[in-house]
Amino acid sequence: MSTQEFFSFFPQSAARWEDVPVLPLSSLADGLAQLVQQGGRILAFFPLPDGRQELELLAVVGDPDSGALRAARTRVSRTYPSLVSRIPQLHLFEREIAERYGVVPEGHPWLKPVRFPKSSQGPWGPLAPGTGPFFQLEGSQVHEVAVGPVHAGVIEPGHFRFQCLGEVVQHLEIVLGYQHRGVEESFCQQPAKRRLAAVETVAGDSTVAHTLAYCEALEALAGLQVSPRAAALRAVALELERLANHVGDLGALAGDVAFLPTASFCGRLRGEILNLTAELCGNRFGRGLLQPGGFRYDLGAETETTIRQRLADLEPELAASIELMLEAPSVLGRFEGTGRLSAEAARELGTVGVAARASGLPVDSRAQFPSGMYRFLHVPMATASSGDVFARAWVRWLEVQHSLKLVEELLGSLPAGELQGTIGPLQPSSLAVGLAEGFRGEVCHVAVTNERGELAAYKIVDPSFHNWSALAYVMRGQDISDFPLCNKSFNLSYCGFDL
Amino acid sequence: MWSVLKARAKQTAKPYPYPQRLPVLPQRFRGLPSLDASRCQEGCQACAEACPTDAIQVAPWQLDMGRCLFCGRCEEACPPHALTFTREFRLAARKREDLVVSPEKQFQLAQALDRELAALFGRSLRLRQVSAGGCNACEADANVLGTVTFDMARFGVQFVASPRHADGLLVTGPVTENMREALLATYEAVPQPKIVIASGACAISGGPFAGFPAVHNGVDKFLPVNLYVPGCPPHPWTLLDGILRLLGRLREQRENP
Repeated sequence: MSTQEFFSFFPQSAARWEDVPVLPLSSLADGLAQLVQQGGRILAFFPLPDGRQELELLAVVGDPDSGALRAARTRVSRTYPSLVSRIPQLHLFEREIAERYGVVPEGHPWLKPVRFPKSSQGPWGPLAPGTGPFFQLEGSQVHEVAVGPVHAGVIEPGHFRFQCLGEVVQHLEIVLGYQHRGVEESFCQQPAKRRLAAVETVAGDSTVAHTLAYCEALEALAGLQVSPRAAALRAVALELERLANHVGDLGALAGDVAFLPTASFCGRLRGEILNLTAELCGNRFGRGLLQPGGFRYDLGAETETTIRQRLADLEPELAASIELMLEAPSVLGRFEGTGRLSAEAARELGTVGVAARASGLPVDSRAQFPSGMYRFLHVPMATASSGDVFARAWVRWLEVQHSLKLVEELLGSLPAGELQGTIGPLQPSSLAVGLAEGFRGEVCHVAVTNERGELAAYKIVDPSFHNWSALAYVMRGQDISDFPLCNKSFNLSYCGFDL
Repeated sequence: MWSVLKARAKQTAKPYPYPQRLPVLPQRFRGLPSLDASRCQEGCQACAEACPTDAIQVAPWQLDMGRCLFCGRCEEACPPHALTFTREFRLAARKREDLVVSPEKQFQLAQALDRELAALFGRSLRLRQVSAGGCNACEADANVLGTVTFDMARFGVQFVASPRHADGLLVTGPVTENMREALLATYEAVPQPKIVIASGACAISGGPFAGFPAVHNGVDKFLPVNLYVPGCPPHPWTLLDGILRLLGRLREQRENP
């Protein structure tokens, strides 16, 4: 059994580098294919530059049955046979490797740039962002619609290329990279204080999730267990982040189908929840709240009461606003059956988060790979089966209700004790994975240290990295005018993808 | 229909009466920094060392709000409380150098545009927002100015979809190399006369990404900036206050909230 060869470890523990086996590429491919077939998901697949002629690739897979992480390495030279046709989840990872390191996966079905960095080593050389070729349809009735990078609304930039037959989209290609800030490339050279600031701004609306994944990866490498109080408060912060964003997304969905009451109510309610995070740390997005070793701000009895009281007050208001929308026939007419993602497609593409759960996949790292306080909490898995815009809205509403309960539960029984532990030196030549279930889905950080215990490689995988392809996929056969609605129902991050 | 009206009746939210009443910000909100030289211990550089973005200089002692993330690490590293953050949220400035605060210098709030521009835009300003590497926090807290709480439209200020319909740009993000061209093209598409607002530490100085090879450390390397709004991200009230001052809609100076 090839999967036996993979090294198995758990989140919040570090793996020694020498324990992660180096397999021949074919064995790695067999193992990955088998793990994926058993329901595993590729969390990360990336190279570690070590100055040798060959490039070492590390694959990390999450096995939801056992809650364990599986890792293995392989070595490739300038080219290698692409694994994408067997394991579609790898398609963007392979493109990313080709772009940064010039190692070409031969036979990749759609080998194109991912982020268009100036320093691109890709076989296509440095290209201006948004450069084609694009997948094109031919025929006298076919037309192409190009949108972006600057498009309507207060929103990040991206380029969307639709191939249409009349009003119906046959294919959509999404080209990103405009937000590329070079986070990963510059990460390891930065002092620790700057790294933390960069992690907090990987994706602004997921500040807590990304910071949590970063902290847990570092703490695993340092062999530090944060105090129960810090772990509980981290979970409070993460759930508040989910609440604010889900409520905002539901309001945005309402706005997109011109159901203005809910758009307007949710816009305000989201702000009220962001203000609760600001009560914790002074910043509405949770900047400066988490740090390696623990939690920066303690919660006084007074603030605790304020937060619980305000959430209790918000609950009926949220229910009234959101149910109003989900019961309105005019809204359901637009939501139901629009942008359907089948469970099979979601699984093949490696979809995560709300989008995966709305297609019936039980994917939630809080339940499957629990860390911190989530090891002691029961997180209900909110799923739906229709995979359409309605399902993605419905899952969000379920999760709003779950998160309200979780925060109440956490604050109602906050453990006493210290908030901050001292983070010591990192274990040399090791690997650790931080996983946090942000509001969009699983945020994965992989940290690798060198023999001096310094960060040698750092990989960030935002849920958007997996999910943009799913959005493009659901547009097939949809009216082009449904794109904004489908887009909102996924609400993906541009900068989280572009890094 | 009835359920919609019923829900509307229950939702009591109204626009917050700014500027007649000052907003109530959380206890831990970090606004205008205050540098007290009398408490500062000579030879100590703890604040500068704690700063993730090199916003603090020791000799002469000053803090550049254009680089500051308002993370408060400097305040934490200063036991004699020589450096503290007040809850003053009004922080926008017209000139880049006005964002540098020191023990001697009183912070200068943004002055209004000259009479001609203020006459044109004072009662109606349309902005096109361009994110040039912004992480979505600055964008989100600009977007909320459209919600009922802030209701920027009651001052005649709105975001529009097309730069052709805009009077200026609100730029966020450090200006990534990959967005440079699109940003400049968008600016070109805005009819004259036009203004530029740089919102957030990234747009002013590159923020946490200053010095990264893929970014350009702020929008004023490329475009003339009329208003700098510091923060990571700036609080919506900070941004709204800055825009209103720029338009000459707020005459009174400070009183501490």
